[in-house]
Amino acid sequence: MRGSAIAWLFVAPALVAIAVFFVVPVAAALLLSVTDFDLYGLAGWHNVRFIGLDNYLHLLQRPLFWRALANTLFFVLVGVPASIGASLGAALLLHSPLARLKGIFRTALFAPVVTTLAAVAVVWRFLLHTRYGLVNHGLATLGLSPVDWLGDPRWAMPAIVLLSVWKNFGYNMIILLAGLSAIPADLYEAARLDGAGRWALLRHVTLPALGPILLMVSILTMSAHFQLFAEPYVMTLGGPAERTVTVLYLMYEDGFKWWSLGPASAVAFVLFLFMFAFTLLQARVARHTGAA
Amino acid sequence: MSRRSPAARRWSRRQFLGGAAGLCAAACARRDEPLRFWAMGREGEVAQKLLAGFEAENPGLRVKVEQLPWTAAHEKLLTAFAGDATPDVAQVGNTWLPELVALEALEPLDDRVRGAGLDLADYERGILETNLLEGRQHGVPWYVDTRVLFYRQDLLAEAGFAAPPRDWDEWTRMMLAVKRRVGQERYAVLLPLNEFEPMVALWLQQGDELLRDGGRRGNFRGPGFRRTLDFYLSLYDRKLAPPVTHNEIANVWNEFGRGYFSFYISGPWQIGEFKRRLPPELQGSWMTAPLPGPAGPGASIAGGSSLALFRRSRRKVEAWRMVEYLSRPAVQREFYRLTGNLPARRSAWDDPGLAADPHARAFREQLTRVRPVPQVPEWERIATDLRLVMEKVVRGDIPRESAAEDLDRRADRILEKRRWLLDRRARR
Amino acid sequence: MRRPVETLGVNLALWAVGLLTLFPLFWMVSASFMAPGEASTFPPPMLPRAATWANYRLLFAEHGIVRQVANSLLISLLATALSLLFNLTAGYAFAKLRFRGRDRVFRLLLGALVVPAQVTMMPLFLMLKEMGLVNSYAGALVPWLASVFGIYLVRQYALTIPDELLEAARMDGAGEWTTFTRVVLPLLKPILVTLAVLTFLGSWNDFMWPLIVLTEREVQTLPVALAVLSREHVQDVELMMAGAVITVLPVLLLFLLLQRYYMQGLLVGSVKG
Repeated sequence: MRGSAIAWLFVAPALVAIAVFFVVPVAAALLLSVTDFDLYGLAGWHNVRFIGLDNYLHLLQRPLFWRALANTLFFVLVGVPASIGASLGAALLLHSPLARLKGIFRTALFAPVVTTLAAVAVVWRFLLHTRYGLVNHGLATLGLSPVDWLGDPRWAMPAIVLLSVWKNFGYNMIILLAGLSAIPADLYEAARLDGAGRWALLRHVTLPALGPILLMVSILTMSAHFQLFAEPYVMTLGGPAERTVTVLYLMYEDGFKWWSLGPASAVAFVLFLFMFAFTLLQARVARHTGAA
Repeated sequence: MSRRSPAARRWSRRQFLGGAAGLCAAACARRDEPLRFWAMGREGEVAQKLLAGFEAENPGLRVKVEQLPWTAAHEKLLTAFAGDATPDVAQVGNTWLPELVALEALEPLDDRVRGAGLDLADYERGILETNLLEGRQHGVPWYVDTRVLFYRQDLLAEAGFAAPPRDWDEWTRMMLAVKRRVGQERYAVLLPLNEFEPMVALWLQQGDELLRDGGRRGNFRGPGFRRTLDFYLSLYDRKLAPPVTHNEIANVWNEFGRGYFSFYISGPWQIGEFKRRLPPELQGSWMTAPLPGPAGPGASIAGGSSLALFRRSRRKVEAWRMVEYLSRPAVQREFYRLTGNLPARRSAWDDPGLAADPHARAFREQLTRVRPVPQVPEWERIATDLRLVMEKVVRGDIPRESAAEDLDRRADRILEKRRWLLDRRARR
Repeated sequence: MRRPVETLGVNLALWAVGLLTLFPLFWMVSASFMAPGEASTFPPPMLPRAATWANYRLLFAEHGIVRQVANSLLISLLATALSLLFNLTAGYAFAKLRFRGRDRVFRLLLGALVVPAQVTMMPLFLMLKEMGLVNSYAGALVPWLASVFGIYLVRQYALTIPDELLEAARMDGAGEWTTFTRVVLPLLKPILVTLAVLTFLGSWNDFMWPLIVLTEREVQTLPVALAVLSREHVQDVELMMAGAVITVLPVLLLFLLLQRYYMQGLLVGSVKG
C-alpha cells in the first residue's frame, strides 16, 4: 500500500497539470460553447447568457463556416495523399540500394520538418509572389504561364498545400523508411522468383507490407491537416475571398479577433467531432479493405 | 463577484514571473516606467518627436510610443483590453470609441477637461460629438479626417477634363475617358477590396441611416444602399477599377505614380505620403477634390482620431497632462506640419502652411459635408462584413442580387446582443 | 546490365528532390543578405549582388529583435525543463511502479489525445486572464507542463528497463526516489535527451498559443513577432528573410547536432497502439 502511495506521488504532478490545464479547460469549453460569451462578456459575466445549442445552430447557418469546412476538407483530402505520396516516393528513393550519400540526403529532406512554420510561411509567401516569386520564375522557364498563387481564389489553397507538402513530407518519410527496412528480404526474393517486375513488387509486396504503417501515418497526418492555421494566418489572412479560411482560422478570428469566445468554443468542438469521425471512418475502411 | 484589484493582480503576476524566470527582478521593480502611448501609422512615427517638448517640460517623465499599423490597430486595442494590457493613452479612431466605451475600457474625461479649461468650442462640433458617448466625454479629438478624391490632374487633362468631377455621372464619364486612354492593363480608379471606407462614404452620401431602429438592425435593403451598390459594382463591371486588395497592389504610391489608376479615395495622411513618396516630376500633377455625390458634391465620413485615457492606467494624472500638451494649438500646428493631418482645433488651422496648402483645401471643404457612421460598438464588425461581401460579389462568388439581404442578415445577427442589452436596460 | 542506368536515375532523382527541398532555405539565407528592394526585381536574383548585413543590423538595432530571441530561448528552455520534470517521473511510474488504477488512468490519458488542444484555448485564456498571466512567460508555458505524448514516450522506453535492476536497488535498501534518481535516470538518459530535443523544438516553433497569449511585443517569441512584423512590412522582403533566418537557424542547428535523438523520438512516438 505504501508503494502504491509513493507511485501516485510520481504521477501526481503530471496528472494535476493535465487535469488543471487540459481536462478542466475542455469541460469549461463545453460550457462556454452554450453561452453567448463575447466582447461584452469580457467586460463582465452579467453580460453573458446561457443560450443552449444556439451557437451550434447558428454555426450551421453561417456560409463562412461551410466555406471554412470545405476549405479544410480540400486541404485534408488533397494535402494528405499528396504529402504521403511524396513521403513514400522519397522513402523509396532513399531505400534503394543504388542510392549514394543516403545519410546526407535523409537529413536534407528532413530539414524542412524542423524549421519554424511561421518563418518558412513568410519565406514561401515571397517565393509564391506573382511577379517576383521564384516559383513562377521556375514555371516560366518550363514554358508555363505564371500563376497568381496567393491572389487567385482558385490557387490559394493549392499553394498552401504545396508549402505543406514541402514542410512535412520528411516526417512520414522517416517512418516509412523504417517500415521499408523492416520488410523481410525473402518476400522480395520469392516474388522475384515468380517473375514479378519492379511495379509488381511495389504493388504486391512493398505496399501491402507497409499497410499498417501507412494507415497509422495517414491518421496522424490527417489530424494534423485538420488543424491548419499558421499558413493562412501568415500568408493570406484567410483570403482571397475567404478561400483559405480554415475551421481553426475561423475559431481564431471568432475567438481572438472578435472575442466571441462562446461561438468560438462551438467551432472548436465541431472541429473535434469532424476529426474524430474521420479517424473512425478511416480505421473502419482500412479494416474492411484489410490494410490493418 | 469578488475580484482582486488590478494592482494586486499585477503584483502577483510579477511575483510569479520573478520566481519562474528570475529575470524580471530588475526590469519589473522599476517605478519610473515610461508612459505608454499607442499611436497609428504616420502619427505613430512622429509622436515621439512631437512629445520631445512634453518630456522637456516634465523632467523625469518619459513617454514610450508604440507604433501600430492601421490595419492591425483595432484588433490590437481589443486584444489589449482582453489581456489587461491597455496602454495609458492611445490614439483611437473615433468610430472605435463606442466599442471601448461599452467595454468600460476608457476613462470619462469631463472633469479633467473642465479642470484644464480646454476650450471645446474650438473643436468642430460634428467631430466632438463622436467623442460624446452615454452623455460623457471619452476622448479629446486629436485630428479630423475625412475621405476625399485624390486624382492625377495630368491624366485627367489628357483625357480632356480640366476640373475634377462634381457628381457621379461626371465622374463616370471621366473614368471611362481615362480608361479608354490607358487601355487594358491599367485602370481609372482604385477601390481596394480590403477597404470598406470608400464604399461607406459613398453610401453616407445617400442620406440614409446605415442602421435603423436606433442602431438595432441593418439598413442594407434600403434604397440608398441599393443605389450605392449599383454604382460601386458598375466600376468593376466596366473594368474601371481593378479587383485587387492592398496585398496585391503592395505599393499604392508607385502605382499611382505609374498611372495604374487615376482616382483614389483616401484620407489626409496621404497628402504627406504622396509628397514624400511620389517623384519630384509628378509633384505638380496630382490634386485632391471633395467627393462627388449622386447629384452634386457629396458627403463623406466624419472621421479622425481622438486621444483617450484608459481606465486601467495607473498614471492618469501624467497621462492627461500629455493629452493636454498634444491639444495645445501650437503643438497641433506642429503635428500638422509633421503629418499633414488636419488638427482638430480650428485655431490651429490659421497655420500659414495649412492655409496655403492647395492639397488641404479639398479636406477643409469636405469637412463641411461630413456624416458620422453609426455609433454602435458593433459597427466595425458590420463594416468588415460589408467589405467581405463586397469582395465576394466583385469576385463573382455570390450573386449581387442577394448581397443586400445577406448583409442585413449578418448585421441583424451581429446586433442581436446589442438589442438584448438595450432591452434589458429599458426594462430596468 | 541495366544497373548503371538505374543507378544514375535513382541518384539523379535524389539530387533533384534534395536540391528542390533545400532551395527555399537557400533562398531565405541568400535574400537575407540582399539590399532592400533587390529581391523584388525581375528576373528574381538568386544571389545578392553585394552581400550586406544591413537587414540583420536593422532587425537588432531598430526592431530590437534581441528581446524576442531572448524570449524564445527562455520560454523554450523553461518548457524543456518543466516537461522533463513532469513527464519523466510519470512516464517511469506508468511503466514500472505498481499502483491501483494504473492501466486505466494510462488508457484515459491516451484517450485524451483525440481532443485537439485548440478546444482548450478559449477557457485557458480566460483562466490565465483571471490569474493575470496573459502576456507573461508563465502563460506561454502552461501547455508544456505535462504532456500525454511525453509521458507515453518515456513509458515506452522505461518498459525496457529490466525489473531485476530495480529489485536489486530496493534490496539494497534504496527508497523509490533514490532508485529513480540513482538507477533509473541514468538508464533513461537517451529518452531524456530525446524528450528535451522534441520539447525544445516544439516550443520554439509553436505558433498559435503564443500568438494568443503573448500580445505584447516585449514578451513575444520569434515566430509570433516575425508573423506580426511581416504583416507590417509586406514589401521589406529582405528584412523578413533575415528575421526568418534568425528564427529558423537555432532549431536547424540543434537538430543537426542531436539528429539521432530526434529521429528516435519520432519513431517511438508514432509507432503507438
